[in-house]
Amino acid sequence: MSPARRRRRLRSRVTAVLVHGVLSLGAVFMLLPMIWMLATSFKLPGEIAAWPPRWFPAQPTLSNYSGLFEAAPFVRFFVNSVFISVASTISCVITSMIAGAVFAKYRFPGRTVLFTLVLATAIVPFEAYMIPLYIELVRIHWINTYQAIILPTLVMSFGIFLVRQHVASAIPDELMEAARVDGASEWWTFRRVLVPLSGNAISAVGIFAFIQAWAAFIWPLLVVNNQLLFNTEVGLTAFQFRFSTDYGKLMAGSTLSTLPMLVVFLLLRRRIIENMALTGIKG
Amino acid sequence: MTRLGRRARLWVWCYAMLLPVMAIYAYVRIVPIGRSVQLSLFDWKLIARVRPYVGFDNYVRMLGDENFHIAIWNTTVYSLSTVLLSTVIALPLAVLMARPGRASAVYQTIYFLPVITPLVPMSIAWKWIYDYNYGILNYALSLVGIPPVAWLTDAHIALWALVIMGVWKVLGYNLVIFLVGIRNIPASYLEAASLDGASELQKFWRVTLPLLRPIVLFVLVTSTINAFNVFTQVYVMTLGSQAAPGQAVRVLVYDIYQNAFQYFRMGYASAEAVTLTLIVLGFTLIQFRSFREQETT
Repeated sequence: MSPARRRRRLRSRVTAVLVHGVLSLGAVFMLLPMIWMLATSFKLPGEIAAWPPRWFPAQPTLSNYSGLFEAAPFVRFFVNSVFISVASTISCVITSMIAGAVFAKYRFPGRTVLFTLVLATAIVPFEAYMIPLYIELVRIHWINTYQAIILPTLVMSFGIFLVRQHVASAIPDELMEAARVDGASEWWTFRRVLVPLSGNAISAVGIFAFIQAWAAFIWPLLVVNNQLLFNTEVGLTAFQFRFSTDYGKLMAGSTLSTLPMLVVFLLLRRRIIENMALTGIKG
Repeated sequence: MTRLGRRARLWVWCYAMLLPVMAIYAYVRIVPIGRSVQLSLFDWKLIARVRPYVGFDNYVRMLGDENFHIAIWNTTVYSLSTVLLSTVIALPLAVLMARPGRASAVYQTIYFLPVITPLVPMSIAWKWIYDYNYGILNYALSLVGIPPVAWLTDAHIALWALVIMGVWKVLGYNLVIFLVGIRNIPASYLEAASLDGASELQKFWRVTLPLLRPIVLFVLVTSTINAFNVFTQVYVMTLGSQAAPGQAVRVLVYDIYQNAFQYFRMGYASAEAVTLTLIVLGFTLIQFRSFREQETT
């Protein structure tokens, strides 16, 4: 091997090490809060207050978790979160599928106006119209109900957009024409042609709806003050206000609230990243 | 006649399918958005019987309100700092990560984790990191001889504590979008630059960055819009618990929340909410316009 080539190879090796060095350093920064949360949740009080801080618990304990369940109805919060997120996900999937397919495959007066309206409401931040929505729910006596928490998460403009893009580009009109020629009704065509061929878009909508509903915070904080209806997010903050310095239990609760999202993400990470990036670029 | 009948039947079917969806939209979004504008013109208090029309009084009062000034200032500083920092950091990282492979996929997964983790537990975790007495951040600073910092109790520093967490949270999202953009750049462009003897740095400035311009702009605008709605971190990390006795960092949504749901001044809070919408709409318009420019050129 010529010295010039060897030098070049050495240089590219050094570059690779440097690149991985920088990227790993960043990765540690990204993971640190989660690792620290997890480690703290298994520590005894003495170790949590240890100085200098110890990274990992010398005697791992589950006492923070059991203590958490005694101090607050955390299982109930968790079940509430699951129920709210599942309800929201089902509704988002159904409404997105219906509206997305109709906007993609049918021509009718008012189509553009309605679709524009759906997208335009997504630009307005929820925080900007939560006050009138709250007043309305006071009027119909829905404060402190599950319906109230779920209501604003029933639809998702992004989901309708996603399904519309998918159906318009991936399902040929001829397929629907063929069904119609065979005498199929519109409903049959929707049910047996459009829905089965939209699996990718539907699962993407479902994943996003679930992630969004799970992290919902400001709205449940407003419409619910009965602690039996708290989701984990609101339950955690209420718990934090009462036991603000008990970081062992706080980290145990935080870990439990984060865990479902981590599982969902690690199972479906490629789909989630791809969909977010692609739809992000399309706007 | 039968063809017309068939078309009309199809329309009816479309409307019937859309009706439930559009009804939900009307009830939870369209009507409340309109009502929000209406409320902002009334002296509307939840507990008062009389709710007189006051024109633009709420807006005038808002512009003279010191809390609103602080909120707008803090929100702007938070948003611009978070967005600029996360973009400036994400861009070079995306370039380093661009070569496809197993390592790149692992890095992407790790950097993306904060994007999908819920904000409340993560804010509590960060609060523990920022803890004055036992936090690992102050411990790390003590190793290099820097005295402990009151990260969350000093309102000026707390804003920067929020920025650091905000960058951590959004970095992976920006990075992944940049990554897609970089991978879409035709390899021949970069090869041509290499043949002309361009260094890696020159290739980044002269080829990659100009081609990424529209994507960078997209990221800047969407993250700014998101950042303007900041609330959860503020509520969890700086609001009146024992560990954070200081005042909350006043951001726009917190001010809306406090006026509407602690002082029950719904009319005044709606004026602030409309202002928030206008700010967000302004950013969105910038984005639309630049997209149109792109299409015409």
